[in-house]
Amino acid sequence: MNDWSVLGPELLAALGETLYMVAVTLLLAGLLGLLVGVGLYVTRRGNILENRAVHEGLNLVVNFVRPIPFIILLAALGPVTQEVVGTRLGPNAAIFAMTIGAMFAVARIVEQNLMSVDPGVVEAARSMGVSRSRIITTVILPEALGPLVLGYTFLVIGITDMSAMAGAIGAGGLGDFALRLGYQRFNDEVTWAAVAVIVVLVQLVQVVGNRLARRILRR
Amino acid sequence: MSAAVPAGPPSPGRPDEVLVRFSNVSKTFRTGSGRAAREVVAVDDVSLDVRRGEIFGVIGYSGAGKSTLVRLINGLEPVSSGSLTVEGFEVAGRRETELAPVRQEIGMIFQQFNLFTSRTVAGNVEYPLKRAGWPKEKRRARVAELLEFVGLSARAGNYPEQLSGGQKQRVGIARALATSPKLLLADESTSALDPETTQEVLQVLQRVNRELGITIVIITHEMDVVRAIADRVAVMQDGKVVEHGSTVDIFARPRTETAHRFVSSVLHSEPDAREVERLRRAHRGRLVIVDVGDGVDIGGVLSDGAARGVRFTIAYGGISVLQEQSFGSLTFELTGEDTAVQAVVDEMSRITTLREVAA
Ligand SMILES: Nc1ncnc2c1ncn2[C@@H]1O[C@H](COP(=O)(O)OP(=O)(O)O)[C@@H](O)[C@H]1O
Ligand SMILES: [Mg+2]
Repeated sequence: MNDWSVLGPELLAALGETLYMVAVTLLLAGLLGLLVGVGLYVTRRGNILENRAVHEGLNLVVNFVRPIPFIILLAALGPVTQEVVGTRLGPNAAIFAMTIGAMFAVARIVEQNLMSVDPGVVEAARSMGVSRSRIITTVILPEALGPLVLGYTFLVIGITDMSAMAGAIGAGGLGDFALRLGYQRFNDEVTWAAVAVIVVLVQLVQVVGNRLARRILRR
Repeated sequence: MSAAVPAGPPSPGRPDEVLVRFSNVSKTFRTGSGRAAREVVAVDDVSLDVRRGEIFGVIGYSGAGKSTLVRLINGLEPVSSGSLTVEGFEVAGRRETELAPVRQEIGMIFQQFNLFTSRTVAGNVEYPLKRAGWPKEKRRARVAELLEFVGLSARAGNYPEQLSGGQKQRVGIARALATSPKLLLADESTSALDPETTQEVLQVLQRVNRELGITIVIITHEMDVVRAIADRVAVMQDGKVVEHGSTVDIFARPRTETAHRFVSSVLHSEPDAREVERLRRAHRGRLVIVDVGDGVDIGGVLSDGAARGVRFTIAYGGISVLQEQSFGSLTFELTGEDTAVQAVVDEMSRITTLREVAA
């Protein structure tokens, strides 16, 4: 039998660690990925800042990093993480690796969603003499906001997934909790408890994201 | 790329007759690369003036280069060669950032309306004012005024998807007029609309021109649109302006085959090939198609002919009125003694254009 008076607080602490890592990563990777994604989009052929070299360069980086399995990226980034964060271990080291891993996925999601924006509205704004940077912030992003919110919602699942592996570098979190106290001790109840918390967490995010997107899209 | 062009924004209110001047303007598109590289001359050596205060129509079939021509005016497409000025401001060779001031003087409306789906009707109209830095109170008053002008005050809070096509285009017009431009460019602005809504939008454009004094360049493939509102018209084919002049002149005396086809498409006064075949079967006499209009005394010629035993039947035709001038064409069957009929044909050819339907 499990002693939930001990496990309970541990599970709660693990949830807190996961929330912290996911939230900070979402913020950082969300912003950086947005920048790269917008960069990919505006430099495409026929777009407002068409630039083949920049576009191909960004594309190359994105395609290079994206397929690397996160657990390997986590290890490979070790020395860089040491430089930037000051340590290779703990939640902040994990956040660094997760941000690198997630931002390029975000970039693709952003690029694809921006491509759904009608080029006609961009043209309308150009015809008014609106500057290109203003067109990005006042036309392209608002017009794509609904799909972007859905994209970011989807992203939370991916980041949560990544955070489970962060236990490998001592960052704690629900994944670590499930592996260390459940899986390795053949304690299915503990594993399932962690799974349940993760499922509820992801569902909550999904519901909120969908509602928000629906409101933006007026559906 | 743009070294030798004079700087400075357009000077507003210059009492210049010419608002837009095309001088030997060409636009070449390069598509593909390597072996698949291809060049399309979309606008080919066009010289043209758009005068202040007029509604200038540009008509042509699909692919003639009309959209490209109009997009050169506000620099949405860069000119390849030649000179293009708007109020004396050279547009050719400008970088995107240098075009902002001239674009603020030029409104544009589109076939697909291109409204911002993330903004309400009021939000769409307010957008250019925000970009131009208008304070909130002034913006609100201006938006109300513009929506009133296009008859959509009640729809201010709606989103574009809640509007009909005609209403969307009226929002487009209000948005294009927000910053009080001198020139309005309309690219196939009624082509996505049904005939009734087309008239409604054309009436709004006419009011824009008459009440607000805004010059309009209207692109269309429908001669009806030209007939309804254009003062002057240019006919485009394969990137060239093959004919231009006052709308009345083009209607009354089209000189090129293309112009002639456009004119017939609305006047319906001339039989087409199939109808000619039917006429030929139904009529045995000599068949002639003559242009008629004010001052063309066909009746007099026919009376003289009758005195010499020439009988006539009107086999086909129609006469319309445009800007208080009537014109059209009539197809006559003439029967009688050969020399007498010939005399009538000769006399008709003398006073107007005559085409004979081969026997
Ligand atoms: N961005 C472009 N790239 C390549 N070719 C183009 C482009 N825009 C137009 N063209 C070509 O230029 C010609 C004229 O097109 P357009 O100005 O759209 O004609 P219209 O408006 O009279 O239908 C067409 O052959 C078209 O294919
Ligand atoms: Mg066109």
